[in-house]
Amino acid sequence: MNYFFSSGEDLLSICRAEGITIGEAMIRREVLRGEMTRTDIIDEMSKNLATMRTSIKEGIEVHQSSVSGLTGEDAERLYRYKSRALMGERMARIVASSMAVVEVNASMGKIVAAPTAGSSGILPSTLIVCGEERGWDDSALILGLFTASAIGLIIADKATTAGAVGGCQAETGTAAAMAAAALTELSGGTPHMALDAAAIALKNIMGLVCDPVAGLVECPCIKRNAIGAANAVLSADLALSGITSLIPFDECVAAMKSVGKAMNADLRETARGGLAATPTAKRIAKQLGLAQTE
Amino acid sequence: MSNYSAFDIIGPRMIGPSSSHTAGAARLGYMAWKIAGGNVKRAELTLYGSFAKTGRGHGTDKALAAGVLGMEPDDERLRYSMLLMQEAGVELVIQYSDEDVDEPNTARIRITDSKGEVTDVVGSSIGGGSIVITEINGLKVEFSGEYPTLIIRQRDVPGVINGVTSILAREQINVAFMRVFRHQKSNEAYMIIETDTQVPERTKQLILDWCPEISEVRSV
Repeated sequence: MNYFFSSGEDLLSICRAEGITIGEAMIRREVLRGEMTRTDIIDEMSKNLATMRTSIKEGIEVHQSSVSGLTGEDAERLYRYKSRALMGERMARIVASSMAVVEVNASMGKIVAAPTAGSSGILPSTLIVCGEERGWDDSALILGLFTASAIGLIIADKATTAGAVGGCQAETGTAAAMAAAALTELSGGTPHMALDAAAIALKNIMGLVCDPVAGLVECPCIKRNAIGAANAVLSADLALSGITSLIPFDECVAAMKSVGKAMNADLRETARGGLAATPTAKRIAKQLGLAQTE
Repeated sequence: MSNYSAFDIIGPRMIGPSSSHTAGAARLGYMAWKIAGGNVKRAELTLYGSFAKTGRGHGTDKALAAGVLGMEPDDERLRYSMLLMQEAGVELVIQYSDEDVDEPNTARIRITDSKGEVTDVVGSSIGGGSIVITEINGLKVEFSGEYPTLIIRQRDVPGVINGVTSILAREQINVAFMRVFRHQKSNEAYMIIETDTQVPERTKQLILDWCPEISEVRSV
């Protein structure tokens, strides 16, 4: 069997032909690459899972302050408030955990890029917090991380996961699509449902620009990871309820790519447009002695 | 179709905030530390392009310094590297340059060891924490450090490559990629050999002992 899929369609036919999940197809592909044994591959992903857990814990329990001093401690704030949250306690925990990871990242703490550092909160928060409540063990979560990487891989291959190329939709959008597919598969959804969940997540934030204040991975990145985590959970639930995506996953990826291309360079990580170009952002950049990139 | 791994998508495990400006910078410093043989008394860091413009907010200076102390990009002591430099008694000079560079995230790392010997390394962070080393001691080179790499300094004369590869063959070391970079005027060259497995100290010594045209064998 050739496991080197490069589209959602390829991936679905592999899963159908072999009767396997997306996660399993991804592990088999990784084995076929020939650089690591199956045991080493699983072991390497379990190290990622362990670091993801630590960064959530650190972000919620230890006071975080970013190197610039602009952000920090918001994850902790939301976590304390969670029992009163309109979105419900579980969603508040997920969102707080997502912000926690990116706050740890901004304070020069340790995280796992998923797919990037600026979008590193979405995948760990959704999988780990839902996992605690649903009783998913580590081997299930690791399989979910492979499901997520299959989705991320197709997007990286067919479009991009870099904010400088495709805007924030390519970073937090990809992370949400990866997480949505993993949550769907871990909840017993079919590979087709998982791809629909990923497609819905991409559609929800299509066109989102990358406009970091003072060029730092802080504002609005931390809160974009909050909405990204919510987007992932919501998209998974839509797919699991039987709602389908009218536009198939592969076409959503292609659309995301073309939207990224149409985006002015000011809106692609250069800190010249969007929120980065507001008077407040300009003042902050000046105070920090950080010139905007040209 | 590209040949991405699952770990290109989920990973690396790294110290934030930026894979290019922090993790890549730490890796550049770490490579320079290795090339210099792990002995650092003084380090001069010059940041160019986007490293110079936005590096401070991303901890690029701290990351480069951490690398020069031998820390890898996921080392949690990275944020304290300036303090650790002082404790280790390493003299540190940081410069921000507005000189034009080909790659936006470029740094020059000039290491002086305790014997006064200087190793000057230039490299760039090219995204996702990956790097490329482009210059060693004034000679242009090009390698990523993703494979175990031998850096051999030699006189540019016939037969040297054959000598080295036959030693590697006898020692059962498989060559993945190999390139020779020549300096037009000085008759000096670097042979960069990327291998599948680490090259033991013994093999490096064999190369030095058996090839008179070779003045230096380093590995990263």
